[in-house]
Amino acid sequence: MSWWETVRTSADALRSHRLRSGLTVLGVLIGIAAVILTVGLGEGAQARVTASVDALGSNLLVVSPGSSTSSTGVRGGLGSASTLTMADAAALASRTVAPDIAAVAPATQRQEELLAGTANWTTSVVGTTPAWLRVRNRTLLLGRFISSADVASRATVTVLGPITAQNLFGVANPVGRSVDIAGVPFTVIGELASAGTSGSTNLDDMAIVPASTAASVVFGAAQSSSVGTIYLEASSPATLSAAYQEATDELLALHHITSPAAADFTIASQQSLLTTATTVRRTLTILLAGIAGISLLVGGIGVMNIMLVSVTERIREIGLRRALGATPMVIRRQFLVEASFLGLLGGLLGASVGIVGALTLPGVIGDPIVISPVAVGGAIAVAVLIGVVFGVYPAARAAQLAPIDALRSQ
Amino acid sequence: MAGLADPVIELDDVHKTYDAGGVRVEAVRGVTLVVERGEYVAVMGPSGSGKSTLMHIVGALDVPTTGTYRLAGVDVSCLDERELAEVRNRRVGFVFQQFHLMSSMSALRNVEMPLTYAGAGRRLRRERAADALARVGLGDRAGHRPTQLSGGQQQRVAVARALVTDPDIVLADEPTGNLDSVSTADVLGLLDEVHAAGRTVVVITHEPDVAAAAGRVVRLRDGVVVDDTGSAAP
Repeated sequence: MSWWETVRTSADALRSHRLRSGLTVLGVLIGIAAVILTVGLGEGAQARVTASVDALGSNLLVVSPGSSTSSTGVRGGLGSASTLTMADAAALASRTVAPDIAAVAPATQRQEELLAGTANWTTSVVGTTPAWLRVRNRTLLLGRFISSADVASRATVTVLGPITAQNLFGVANPVGRSVDIAGVPFTVIGELASAGTSGSTNLDDMAIVPASTAASVVFGAAQSSSVGTIYLEASSPATLSAAYQEATDELLALHHITSPAAADFTIASQQSLLTTATTVRRTLTILLAGIAGISLLVGGIGVMNIMLVSVTERIREIGLRRALGATPMVIRRQFLVEASFLGLLGGLLGASVGIVGALTLPGVIGDPIVISPVAVGGAIAVAVLIGVVFGVYPAARAAQLAPIDALRSQ
Repeated sequence: MAGLADPVIELDDVHKTYDAGGVRVEAVRGVTLVVERGEYVAVMGPSGSGKSTLMHIVGALDVPTTGTYRLAGVDVSCLDERELAEVRNRRVGFVFQQFHLMSSMSALRNVEMPLTYAGAGRRLRRERAADALARVGLGDRAGHRPTQLSGGQQQRVAVARALVTDPDIVLADEPTGNLDSVSTADVLGLLDEVHAAGRTVVVITHEPDVAAAAGRVVRLRDGVVVDDTGSAAP
């Protein structure tokens, strides 16, 4: 009996039990659609994390102060000690000390109230240097950024984030306008282009002022030489680890610390943030895919269940076919083809539902779903495989039936 | 007997023992029987006489426990499942009491079924199935489903299916058991025609008027042949 005849016979058999075949296909369909959507959701989240980290600058290193230890021995959290200074930043900026560091931007930030006429808005005021723009991978929408001259002269000038500008000045051009920061009048010289959010941090809501001005006028003399964070830009992604090493060595030397384990600072790269995010997402994806896999397994058991019912119900048909000359192998093949048909149908329909879901769901849940052809093809292949695997046992049962017993059954 | 030159069925001291739930049942206890090509034989006996078991062995649906069975010269006693399937396919045409037609298929496709398992191509199947249907007088019903046909017509389709592979024997198991008297006469007439065309026909029955249509009657009781009217003169 040719394969084509086997396929035709199997299709006939499935067609004559439409409801039952349909329900079985539904089981596989749900499993396949679930797998495609969860994997797509995982990949979509991954793509978004990667994109947002790229927006921050993939060459970025962030130096944070270490923890402080009080006189009673209570250790504060990371960043609780003010161990970084403008001198550290200046040293790291030297090309001879750290040849793989392309730019350095010290930054200190604090929440302050901003006033413009009657509008007031509380936001992060960041005291930094001109390199900040480049290191943080930002661009300007209007005006200019703070210059070295501004830093040197402690100019009372500020660059606003787009959200800050909008809250203070509405849609009007803020450049040239005056804004009071902590009671001191500043002139707005520029507005940053939007960069969205990074995690819980809104990158568009801030006011940039020269580091010197911030230390002396805004934050007060107590913090004049300490720095909250130092942003470093490696000369290329390839030199990121070299830059990391240079920064660590130099800061250890400057702080007179001999053991790296005792360092009073930490250096994080966007890469390490990305890795953390990736790990979290991957765990979530594995979890979801596991659940989807279980529903696929349940679908497979459905195929097996229905095939076993089918074998029992069609026992006389099997007997007849055996009497007319079907060998056990032909009978086995027919039931296997029927089972894989159910799998294939479930796979194709499940993939369609998955793709439709991937196109419509992001609008509802707000998360992107990335459908890769590999995932779709793989899911369909898995569906067929499920049909075959879960069809083997029922098909063997059918093939083992003795023709006389099969013919005799009522 | 002169006709022994071309026997189709040769049973030699055939025994068949079943294990029915721990109880040994000896359904056939030493049957020796020879059927010549072209004979029309009725096998009679009450239920439990072993006639169904004998029919299964003759139809190569089962093999004897001891003894030998040669079908058209081939020893069937020691064949495996695959070889038995081939013997059934090529040498035996079955007609069952319950017709055993596939209700989802047309009459034509039902008749085609044995040819499918013989590996015949589609066109050849079509031609031969249509021809077999025409021979049983249902050439104009080829596209009908079994449910659209009367009982007598369904059994005619089954006879066409039995003839389509041009088998050595046509084996009918209570072919009129589910039919009214009109259809019974109809099917018996058809079997007569099949026999008249030179085919060997074996009918299993417990109805005397069905047996009367055959040229030779073999009576079974308790697994042994108790009476055989013998071969009709060729």
